[in-house]
Amino acid sequence: MYVAVKGGERAIENAHGWLAEERRGETAVAELSVDQIREQMKLAVNRVMAEGSLYDPDLAALAIKQARGDLIEAIFLIRAYRTTLPRFGSTHAIDTGNMACIRRISATFKDAPGGQVLGPTFDYTHRLLDFKLAADGEVPPAPQAAPRKEPTPHITEFLNHEGLIQTEDASDETPPDLTREPMELPGSRALRLQALTRGDEGFVLGMAYSTQRGYARNHAFVGELRIGTVAVEMDIPELGFAIEIGEIEVTECETVNQFTGSKTEPPQFTRGYGLVFGQTERKAISMALVDRALRWRELGEDDMGAPAQDEEFVLYHSDNIQATGFLEHIKLPHYVDFQSELELVRRLRREAEGAGQEAAE
Amino acid sequence: MTKMTARKDWMSLLAKAPPRALAALWEGRGAPDFTWLRAPEIGAAMVRGRMGGTGAPFNMGEMTVTRCSLQLEGGAVGHGYVQGRDKAHAERAALVDALMQTEAAERIRAEVLEPLRAEMTGRAEARAAKAAATKVEFFTLVRGDD
Repeated sequence: MYVAVKGGERAIENAHGWLAEERRGETAVAELSVDQIREQMKLAVNRVMAEGSLYDPDLAALAIKQARGDLIEAIFLIRAYRTTLPRFGSTHAIDTGNMACIRRISATFKDAPGGQVLGPTFDYTHRLLDFKLAADGEVPPAPQAAPRKEPTPHITEFLNHEGLIQTEDASDETPPDLTREPMELPGSRALRLQALTRGDEGFVLGMAYSTQRGYARNHAFVGELRIGTVAVEMDIPELGFAIEIGEIEVTECETVNQFTGSKTEPPQFTRGYGLVFGQTERKAISMALVDRALRWRELGEDDMGAPAQDEEFVLYHSDNIQATGFLEHIKLPHYVDFQSELELVRRLRREAEGAGQEAAE
Repeated sequence: MTKMTARKDWMSLLAKAPPRALAALWEGRGAPDFTWLRAPEIGAAMVRGRMGGTGAPFNMGEMTVTRCSLQLEGGAVGHGYVQGRDKAHAERAALVDALMQTEAAERIRAEVLEPLRAEMTGRAEARAAKAAATKVEFFTLVRGDD
């Protein structure tokens, strides 16, 4: 017999009321504004935009406030909102070669044209807590120097001249979109890159780290890491031409990987690629490493059986909203399921006891 | 500059403009009479990137965009396509686009577009200047006897 149970409306309502109060916290402390979160929690906002897969700093800041700083919950809110938006179209591919860089470094070429530009980085800080920040937020203006006017060239171009690095063949093929069609495996590199750029930072980082520790080792150099703004162009049907519909900040990482050649490819450097919304360099570097590991098949490398080479494993577990949805559903009422399990265990125990007595007799 | 590239240029500028900056420049200007061809609508555009920066395209994620279309009394049609979710901003962008096709063009250019461009260029240059100040100047330490 199945007995449906209802109830809990009042408890749920009161729980949500308390949630709102807890979100606000101690009222003697000034309330956080969405503008403050957008301006001062910028890297959290960037992560929510990247994994929420929607570039809109105001919305991401609002989501962070609503989620009480739980970034996965905030990403969930953004993903849910995203599905309500009509899609006006797809943009032209952004031109990262024309990026207005605020940071651009290379671990492979010291004297690359455009130079090593550190930007607003945590690198080289001592990672000591700065108690001055607890006291006041006054900072002197950042120093300035003569700005570079011309675009900063991509570093891999230099290796390309010598034919020492695998080339990326341009095309205008329409890429698959995992938000519109169910993911089919084996997937294309375009599908993998889409999954990785919106994938959970922690998961992608862990996968990338595993390749560095020897699981599908593909020794990577950061050929180039750049952060900056790019214009986004889209065709406007009613105009009959393309215009820039906005400007976004992105982080791009190109890795250069040792490659001794395979059955199909000559010895040359190969590439991993990371491109992520916002200032998100840990994620972009991780993405590039995992992208490279997943390319074993097309480069004719051996399957080492490493997790980072397993497309199905990586792509089906990188999405933190899918993961959290499935994981957290087990805390919801499973009274009936569990009741049947309980019955089963009781019966098995009775049978086992009965068998034991028979054997003793 | 051809008519098309000129229009592309100002529409791109308006799309990227901070809403507050355009609103400030627009303020005090009586809105001309117009009819909506398409009321402001919030949506998204799927942003693409290229593998390795130059290769085949892939989908990165979406960005919010607001669009609208309107027609002035005189017949000029203006389109607004702006980043974000600010409907009033899209309306101002469409009005500027429409007015740029009328006799008011020169005035709008001088009073709205040029100051807007100057402000945005100034902001971008300030960031580029701060980046330039963080450029590493390497120097070599001579070691050994020879």
